[in-house]
Amino acid sequence: MSATVDTRQETAGGPPRSSSRRLTERVFRVRESGIIVVWIVFVAITVGLEPRFASQQEAQFILANTTIFALLALGETMVIVSRNVDLSIGSVVGLSAYVSASLFGQIHGIPIVVVFLVGLGIGLAVGVANGLMVAIGRVPSLVVTLATLYIVRGLDILIVGGNEVVAQTLPNAFIEIPRAGVYGVPYLAIAIAVVIGIGAYYLRSYRSGRDLYAIGSNPEAARLAGIAVGRRVFTAFAVSGAIAGVAGVLWAAQYQTVDSNAGTGYELTVIASVVVGGVAIFGGSGSAVGAAIGALLLQTINSALYVLGISPFWDQAIAGALLLAAITLDRIISLRLTAALRRRSAGVGT
Amino acid sequence: MGADGDATGPGQPDPASAAGPEIPATAGAAVPGSPGPERPGAADAATPDPSAPAGPGPPGSSSMPGPPGSSGPPGVPGSRAPAPPLLSLVHAAKAFGAVRAVVDASIDLYGGEAHALVGENGAGKSTVVKMLAGVHQPDEGELLIEGRPTVLTGPAAAQTAGIAVIYQEPTLFPDLTVAENIFMGRQPLVAARRIDRRAMRAQAAALFERLGVQLDPGRIARGLSIADQQIVEIAKALSLEARVIVMDEPTAALSAAEVARLFDVVRTLRAAGAAVLFISHRLEEVFEICQRVTVMRDGRTVLARELAGLTADDLVRAMVGRDMPQRATGERSQPGDEVLRVERLAREGVFIDISLHVRTGEIVALAGLVGSGRSEVARAIFGIDRYDAGKVTVSGTELRRGSPAAAMAAGIGYVPEDRRQQGLVMDMSIQQNVALASLARLRQGGLIRSAAERAFATDWAQRLRLRYARLTDPVSTLSGGNQQKVVLAKWLGRHPALLIVDEPTRGIDIATKADVHELLVRLAREGIAILMISSELPEVLHIGDRILVMREGRLTAEYSHEEASEEKIMSAATGQLEHSK
Repeated sequence: MSATVDTRQETAGGPPRSSSRRLTERVFRVRESGIIVVWIVFVAITVGLEPRFASQQEAQFILANTTIFALLALGETMVIVSRNVDLSIGSVVGLSAYVSASLFGQIHGIPIVVVFLVGLGIGLAVGVANGLMVAIGRVPSLVVTLATLYIVRGLDILIVGGNEVVAQTLPNAFIEIPRAGVYGVPYLAIAIAVVIGIGAYYLRSYRSGRDLYAIGSNPEAARLAGIAVGRRVFTAFAVSGAIAGVAGVLWAAQYQTVDSNAGTGYELTVIASVVVGGVAIFGGSGSAVGAAIGALLLQTINSALYVLGISPFWDQAIAGALLLAAITLDRIISLRLTAALRRRSAGVGT
Repeated sequence: MGADGDATGPGQPDPASAAGPEIPATAGAAVPGSPGPERPGAADAATPDPSAPAGPGPPGSSSMPGPPGSSGPPGVPGSRAPAPPLLSLVHAAKAFGAVRAVVDASIDLYGGEAHALVGENGAGKSTVVKMLAGVHQPDEGELLIEGRPTVLTGPAAAQTAGIAVIYQEPTLFPDLTVAENIFMGRQPLVAARRIDRRAMRAQAAALFERLGVQLDPGRIARGLSIADQQIVEIAKALSLEARVIVMDEPTAALSAAEVARLFDVVRTLRAAGAAVLFISHRLEEVFEICQRVTVMRDGRTVLARELAGLTADDLVRAMVGRDMPQRATGERSQPGDEVLRVERLAREGVFIDISLHVRTGEIVALAGLVGSGRSEVARAIFGIDRYDAGKVTVSGTELRRGSPAAAMAAGIGYVPEDRRQQGLVMDMSIQQNVALASLARLRQGGLIRSAAERAFATDWAQRLRLRYARLTDPVSTLSGGNQQKVVLAKWLGRHPALLIVDEPTRGIDIATKADVHELLVRLAREGIAILMISSELPEVLHIGDRILVMREGRLTAEYSHEEASEEKIMSAATGQLEHSK
């Protein structure tokens, strides 16, 4: 019974590390390109079953639906990457949509820019409240934003009452925002794609963006590394709220008829898009571009089921199944990856 | 603290200032170069042959203030002129609520030295580390960086001040690349404040080259071995150009080859003029790599000097040397029948080949360092954790694995280490907590009768001399010691044959501690078999009838009450006995 038996591997140097790097990179690329592949396959199958699906009209419809969700997914990605969640965005969309749309009826000739600023202000206010409670109050974001989900929705219902804003009261220039385009691609979609690109680039290439990943990856280590955890998390919530506010104004322009139900349940669709798009639900990894592609995939499925004549009731079930598949896949990949990386760093297989 | 003033003067860390005249007797904190003899009253503590600084250096170092030339690093040969320490902690104190984690800690770290910080569990080392890391701020005393009083407001401030801490548990971001882990928050930038990934990777690769290790900066940190994770932490410290690098038990999880690699790194750091604070329980490593040592005991610095001339025994004596509380419990009862038998219990990577037995009427103490696997063995016996091999027998019948319910049915009670999290329902009343494990007996027609519960709790509260206002108060209103009594009452209400207690007096004031000790002894005399895990050696020696020592997942020694001593236990726990076995 010698006490000095060391069962550990004594060779730490091991094989060439470049292979593990290639593996890592491949898996990371797969995380986004994987969804694109799924999307292509899905579109191909649908077109095969129903050729009408491959129409410009259909594409425009999908794109129009995707834009708002993809924009919301950008804010949600920032929050989820930091190991938090923002459930209040659907309610913010609803409140912002109603308030901004009704402004046109109340103040004649109000500049559209001002309306957008009002929407942004509403979202920012909610986001700041969320951020303060999470960052300073240290209340779990799930609880905080669940509360603001109800509060903001309640406020919305209070303001709206039984009213609704109808298309006639909205100026043409406003209604045109989601529709004007070039070669059938709305300027808005292009603008939002650019915004998402900028957001993704910020998250990838700026220190404060990387801080969010660090916080989500290991909050305690982030604190020890001297990262201003509270300030970063606060900012993520504020941005998510502001984005939701703007999305609400766009929602009004897109759908024109706004009642107190606008945006109901959007938070879950957005979170589903983000997770399907490869953002880890417990933070630390994923990109805004992936999240946007996730939104595109979900909206495509939505439309495809309609075109195929499948009851829209299936829509949610399929979205749910897809979410499960995405999470399972994510888990498998990360387990495999961990195992693979461990094997490689341990040298010859242990 | 009037004496602090002169310590700030360049090159004047004179013995008087650091020895702290207000500290009575044994707490004298010696200063570098002022070993043993000046310490009044510290009769038994490590003062072996202080006038024999056996070493290549000038023997005059024992009377020289400032960085001891004798063990000065090769990198700074011209250090005749005494430079101020890179960092000094002067008479620091820190309390958490009522617990005084650090009472009076002083450390001087000089450039170019590897400095060991040793002490028993709970001596206050971790708190000192956190003060240096900026995580905690000292309540009293001060921190001097290159002679200037400095307040570290947070981890970021410590980094800026050139202090890097490598924690026992590496604190990496598993989802981010190795390079990013190193440079988080300090990534190299290009135009428009964008992160320059290529430069970041190149710099990381350069660091690894300096360290002489092969690690791909582009891979993510998830899946790195503990050793490689530590390399990443060290690279981070290097990239900070830290002057002071604190390593908190860096070798605990490393194999021999990895330790050798780490030591090469430490030597490189020293040669570059940095100070390395090296915390380890493995004294042979301390002697291999360090030049000076600071020993802490009960939150105080009790020894600080060069290692040259000291032996491992000296250090152990300094770590444990204290007034031994006399046994106040009268004579022991003869142990009776065997209650618990554990045979060759093993759990992969946690503990191996654990065989022990506990008889009625005896207290078996399980000693060892934190992380040696003691609590894990207890958890496995009680069925909370699974084990891979071996068997547990209670009163002759083998216990089903992984079932606390079976363990309870067999008559085992388990008082966990963390009573607030695992032992009590803090928001529930005292009486509800006491009754919690005995609900079956207090039940009538499926309902718990409040009157029966109250009578039951009153009975036990009296027996254990619980101090409380009302039995219906939440248990969170009680002091730590009284909370522990509630946990004990909870299990005693079941009349267990065997009681497993894990750190029964942690965080409890001295008076109540004695209460708990007396209670345990009384219970043993009443015929309960007790297996006690404790990191407090006086406690182990005081009430343990037999003392088992674990080290790194194995039982390394067994002593009877009579033959046990703190030195023997510490030696077995730190592996000093290894050679003689």
